[in-house]
Amino acid sequence: MRLSGAEIVVETLIEQGIKTIFGYPGGTVIDIYDQLYRNSDRIEHILAAHEQGAAHAADGYARASGEVGVVLATSGPGATNLVTGIANAYLDSVPMLAITGNVPNSLIGRDSFQEIDITGITLPITKHNFFVHRVEDLADTLREAIRIAKSGRPGPVLVDIPKDVQGAKCEFISAKPVEKKGGVPADDADVAKAASMIAEAGRPFIYFGGGAVRAGAGELIAKLADKIDAYIGCSMMGLSEVPVSNKRFLGMQGMHGHYASSKAMAKSDLIIGVGVRFSDRATGNTSKFSAGARKIQIDIDSAELGKNVDINLGAACDICDFLTKLIDKVEAKQLPNWEAKIEKLKGQEAEQEFTDFLPADAVRAVSEIVTPDTEIATDVGQHQMWVAQYFGFEGKRTWISSGGLGTMGFGMGAAIGSSYGSGKRTVLFTGDGSFGMNLNELATAVTYNVPLTIVLFNNGVLGMVRQWQTLFYDKKYSNTTLNRKTDFVALAESFGAKGYRANDLESFKKAFADAYSQEGPTLIDLTIDKDLKVLPMMRPGGTFDKLIIGEEAEE
Amino acid sequence: MSKNSFVIAVYVENKYGVLTRVTSMFTRRGFNIDTLTVGETEDPNYSRITISLSNEKTDRAQLINQLKKLYNVKKVEVISPDMAIKRELMLIKVKNSPDTRAEIRDTASVFRAKIIDYSADAMCLEITGDTNKIDAFIDNMKPFGIIEMCRTGIVALERGPESMLSK
Ligand SMILES: Cc1ncc(C[n+]2csc(CCOP(=O)(O)OP(=O)(O)O)c2C)c(N)n1
Ligand SMILES: [Mg+2]
Repeated sequence: MRLSGAEIVVETLIEQGIKTIFGYPGGTVIDIYDQLYRNSDRIEHILAAHEQGAAHAADGYARASGEVGVVLATSGPGATNLVTGIANAYLDSVPMLAITGNVPNSLIGRDSFQEIDITGITLPITKHNFFVHRVEDLADTLREAIRIAKSGRPGPVLVDIPKDVQGAKCEFISAKPVEKKGGVPADDADVAKAASMIAEAGRPFIYFGGGAVRAGAGELIAKLADKIDAYIGCSMMGLSEVPVSNKRFLGMQGMHGHYASSKAMAKSDLIIGVGVRFSDRATGNTSKFSAGARKIQIDIDSAELGKNVDINLGAACDICDFLTKLIDKVEAKQLPNWEAKIEKLKGQEAEQEFTDFLPADAVRAVSEIVTPDTEIATDVGQHQMWVAQYFGFEGKRTWISSGGLGTMGFGMGAAIGSSYGSGKRTVLFTGDGSFGMNLNELATAVTYNVPLTIVLFNNGVLGMVRQWQTLFYDKKYSNTTLNRKTDFVALAESFGAKGYRANDLESFKKAFADAYSQEGPTLIDLTIDKDLKVLPMMRPGGTFDKLIIGEEAEE
Repeated sequence: MSKNSFVIAVYVENKYGVLTRVTSMFTRRGFNIDTLTVGETEDPNYSRITISLSNEKTDRAQLINQLKKLYNVKKVEVISPDMAIKRELMLIKVKNSPDTRAEIRDTASVFRAKIIDYSADAMCLEITGDTNKIDAFIDNMKPFGIIEMCRTGIVALERGPESMLSK
């Protein structure tokens, strides 16, 4: 079959099982859009309001579905608008295919209208990228891009296609969907060494991250913990992989981690890191981090082993394979002293008074109302941390949040993508600052009648930055008080979404119950106090021994 | 070459833009390159990038892991110091005058440098050797007045019968 490049793009996507893509048209992708029009019964295209929103939607789609998310944009500004979305997917290892058009080969390198070297720009934020010179290479390049995006440690791949390549014709032979390459099997010697380190340990702790989510390792982690009497914590990226109802799961680690979880890891004598990069936000001062504990790190990406903290054993392999073999090999243990210590920490955590305030109550209320498989998306700021801390995640892969890049404005696009990826209503928690960055995607949500409930924690401030200013900058609130006059309910309604106002728990619960049962997008504007804090807090570059838990730091 | 540096050979697909991908990773991850050379290998599908780096400042394992992750990189080898044969080539142009002519010639012959261009005012010399030898030669040329010089950076092979590419 002789097809044009534009036809090949669409045929290859369909052939690879892609059903939904997000994007925005323009001069250098108009041929591809023409083919999308002709094939709209075979592949669905969601028109975003801004390419950044489209990229985040592809990201949210991938996180919710586990499939590759696809975004399409025109050259020049279309392509540069993708950059934040691609970087976000890169830092959180999300499988994404970004396709951009470019000016025809004959105009490349001349600063032609809307010509941008997008492969150059995205070099450090993609797993790999391609510039397609010839139509003959197009189909295989797209297939290879999809394979790279989902293989090993996933990530974004960009394919830049000049316009003449889209118009040129060549023979197209359809192929099977590409298989993803998994990690290598676990090495028996490594497994044996891990088992003997566990045998020697008195206070084992399993610390997992986004890699465990991508691998779906939650059940194995829980099983290992049961067998060796270990407790479990995760990085923010790991949330939802192990249900919070698991008694051994102590919650999130890191700058705003759960008290018992952070303290338990600091007190443990063996940390088993699973698909986690020990990032500075999660560990604090990496050189002082859990200096007394031996560390095992299991990751599909060998470059992660010992990258941020020194480790005693590293295994670069398929996480699930390693855990399965380890569970088999390791001797069962019972560690009553460790359990007693943990119970004490849990008791201390329960006594802290900072868990009872409106946004925390609101998060818990949502937790009780929604079904356990509901995707929970967030933006970035205090609201994000409150959801991470207080939402009772029970369903796997239900946490859609920007970890590595911490991108304000991620939420709207990601939540729309997540609704498509899961086929269900997504709940987005956002802040007034973050929402302001990409609220234009409300238009997208309304146009496509996306099942989405937005909970806006309206504190009138850039709360997270304000908290730092309160704690470390002598309450000099430089440029974090928004002083805006935006009426978010009227704004939602003007876009065509239903809006609700709430200012206490009762009115919020009522509004949410209604908003959650509607068909299309709904938004609840919940007024909260501007001086609430996310606690506990570890000072940037600090250690888990001294957390800020109230007005004062721990001694 | 000083004891504080090490040399790695990176075999990459012989394709457009690959050198940029490799060097961009160095910049992004904060690795500092001392010298870098690129050229064809016995297999036309692959180029070889030879890079020397300072030992102290480089997290060697991290560097190699990151290199291996690059899509177009086929192979990464650290050239073991005891097995390495390392050479650099330099072209150097120095001032020439009746008073210094003989001395320059003598120095060149001690270092086995070749005179490759000659005029009444200037001489151009070519020298190959390890980094120390070339550094020493430069020191010796300084008093005559160096006009211009250019060094290739290190190329290196391991002793023995094997090719790194097929190893
Ligand atoms: C694109 C972007 N710009 C700036 C920041 C820095 N930043 C982190 S949190 C935050 C405040 C977020 O405000 P809001 O969305 O209202 O959330 P709140 O903390 O008030 O809940 C800012 C400015 C960021 N993370 N992302
Ligand atoms: Mg705010």
